Amino acid sequence: MSQSPENKKGQVETTGHVWDGDLREYNNPLPRWWLWGFYGTIIFAVVYWILYPAWPYADTYTKGVSTVSFQSPVLDKAGKPVKGPDGNVEMETKTEHWNSRALFYQEMQSSPSALAQKEWLAKVKGMSFEQIAANPDTLNFANSAGHALFGDHCAACHGTGGQGVLAMNAEASYPNLTDNAWIHGGDYAKIVQDMTNGIQGNMPAFGALFQGEKLTDLAQYVLSLSHQPGVNDEAANRGKASFATCAGCHGANGTGNQMIGAPNLTDKIWDFVDVSGAPNIDAKLKLVEGVIDHGLQHKMPKFSDRLTPEQIRLLAVYVRQLGGT
Amino acid sequence: MSSVNLTEQEPELYQARDPIHPKSIKGRFRTFKTVVLALAYAIFFLLPWVRWERVVGPNQAVMFDIPTRRYYLFDLIIHPQDMFLLAGFLILAAWLLFFVTGMVGRAFCGYFCFQTLWTDVFMKVEHWIQGDRNKRMKLEKQVWNPEKILKKGLTVLVWTLIAFWTGFTFTAYWADAPRLFMAFFTGTAASAAYMTTGILTVTTLVAAGFAREQVCIYMCPYARFQAVMFDKETLLVSYDALRGEGSAGRKPLQKGLMTLEERHSAGTGDCIDCTLCVQVCPTGIDIRDGLQLACISCGLCIDACDEIMTKRGWPKGLIRYASEKELETGEKPSLLKFRTIGYGIATALASALLIYGVLTIKPLDFSIQQIRQPLFVLMSDGSVQNNYELKINNKEQSALELELTVEGLTGAHVAIGGDFTTLVIPPDETRNYLIHVRAPRTSGISRQLITFKLTDKTGLVPVIVGQSSFNFK
Repeated sequence: MSQSPENKKGQVETTGHVWDGDLREYNNPLPRWWLWGFYGTIIFAVVYWILYPAWPYADTYTKGVSTVSFQSPVLDKAGKPVKGPDGNVEMETKTEHWNSRALFYQEMQSSPSALAQKEWLAKVKGMSFEQIAANPDTLNFANSAGHALFGDHCAACHGTGGQGVLAMNAEASYPNLTDNAWIHGGDYAKIVQDMTNGIQGNMPAFGALFQGEKLTDLAQYVLSLSHQPGVNDEAANRGKASFATCAGCHGANGTGNQMIGAPNLTDKIWDFVDVSGAPNIDAKLKLVEGVIDHGLQHKMPKFSDRLTPEQIRLLAVYVRQLGGT
Repeated sequence: MSSVNLTEQEPELYQARDPIHPKSIKGRFRTFKTVVLALAYAIFFLLPWVRWERVVGPNQAVMFDIPTRRYYLFDLIIHPQDMFLLAGFLILAAWLLFFVTGMVGRAFCGYFCFQTLWTDVFMKVEHWIQGDRNKRMKLEKQVWNPEKILKKGLTVLVWTLIAFWTGFTFTAYWADAPRLFMAFFTGTAASAAYMTTGILTVTTLVAAGFAREQVCIYMCPYARFQAVMFDKETLLVSYDALRGEGSAGRKPLQKGLMTLEERHSAGTGDCIDCTLCVQVCPTGIDIRDGLQLACISCGLCIDACDEIMTKRGWPKGLIRYASEKELETGEKPSLLKFRTIGYGIATALASALLIYGVLTIKPLDFSIQQIRQPLFVLMSDGSVQNNYELKINNKEQSALELELTVEGLTGAHVAIGGDFTTLVIPPDETRNYLIHVRAPRTSGISRQLITFKLTDKTGLVPVIVGQSSFNFK
């Protein structure tokens, strides 16, 4: 190598240090570009300290001169977002020293994927539910957006896949959204209305009215509506008369009333008590008797203060697709 | 003397680089290098501008599109899921390098490496502006007068322009070249484009203009590991010391040593110590010192020596491609040695696999997954429904219209979420569908394997089959 001292002077340069008379230390100096590279890293570090948060001192740290700007909602004195005349939350530009949380906000607002989402939101805004569902691309968007929203706002009660909960206690059960029965109605407008305003489900307790044999007969009749195996026809016939009390809500044939959220009793779907899973007719009777005896109170909160109308629309499309038709 | 001697001069912190000013030379290897250079430059600089018609995607023949995650190579489109082809290509390149290096030494370094190519061009620029070796060395020693400032400045300016265009061309492979060109010079291109071009401009300028052979000697790992692949039969650029040194060493031409006969009778070797081989060397070494790390095997010293030998009328090849064994015994190396055959087979195998991989790229990817939350749902009529997530990625340049059927489930009813009857996948796009499969409850069975069949209406793609399971309870 032309650069090595061997070629230049015929011998390797030493540092000049000599021990024990003949022990020397070779000096093989670094190339100049390497040294420059080293100085470069020092300059880089200094520039970094000036730009970004770096040095801790006392209970804080140097903030650096680099900044990040993002949109932030205007808050009133109580810390609540201020709404403008058009009903939307007012936004202001906020500038902070460089930090990853601010970068995250910025990214959520102006990254290519955030902009793409905005574009899609604008696209589905003017479309009807049927139009959204008829186009594979908009349906895909509604389903992905809906799935994310569902996980955040609905899954706590209705389960991650919308499968609901069937609990021992009927009042701790939550309806299954993946079947094809809708207690409160399954058209898009109704779903949106229920999500916006919430649902108050109320079946009074009939324990005072029906007791003992009468209660069992009524339960036998209710189970006969969906042709459950093991139903005693005689008892069911006896219970039919009592059903007149129920017909006000569940209809004379027991087909239910979506307007007031009275479930259809003639289909095979049981959303609050696990009749389908009960091992025998006695267990089924017990479940139905329990509901008649104690009534059923159900409440779904309103989501109008948590979700925007646009988000509720997307959720409605998603939920509508879960069970098919 | 047992104490430390501090009287000597303090050692320097760094070793300054001595600029190397190789003399230009003509010859076989120089011509070969020039041809390779012209070819490589033509491909590299022109390729991004070649247009190519596509149904979907950019109309650029070669484009590595990061935002859409696709590599466009003429009619071949590499999707992320076919990325293993890139690994295959790299393995092939590595084995090819081993194969060639085992046979003819560092041919890659000498003729094909971009460091060599760009240094070569930068040296040509120096040659045009500052003159040949002697003039350049004189200029180097000169004080900084207007002539030196002008010549050096002009050189660096031209270098910078070449370096910039190199950086820009590289960037153009990752974006639509003409549009990038417009955006770049109107200041509206993406910051990544400016950054990439800027970094490459600087690195090209530094590596090819100033660092040069230092890149090969200090930075490049290939230099080190290629040397490991040499054996005694590898063809290397070598100085035939037996012939050149004789028994009495090399001697310049002088009275009584003018002809081969005179020299041989005096025991003097054929080398006339003209040092032309050292003067032309781009890394500044003396090939007569034998095999060394700094030799990039460019063959220019062969051209130099051959020129001198031809002038004298002596046989050529005092410096030539020869194996170590040949220099010792005169035996020509056999190319069919174990190592060459092994690397050759590996290279051929890798090529075959790569070609096979490219030819059998699947026209579409699809997956069907049973949704497990919930596994099954009882419907109002007592039947059972299972839901599935179907993902189809159409990699073709034409739209696909697929029909979905289910086999292995009696009384099955299939519905596509959103009430579609067929699955339409636009060219080069991915679509997700929610599939509902409903069947009457069968007693005694809790789970059954079912087969989904996708039939293409256009007949472009053969029937695709995927398996999943159906849960009754």
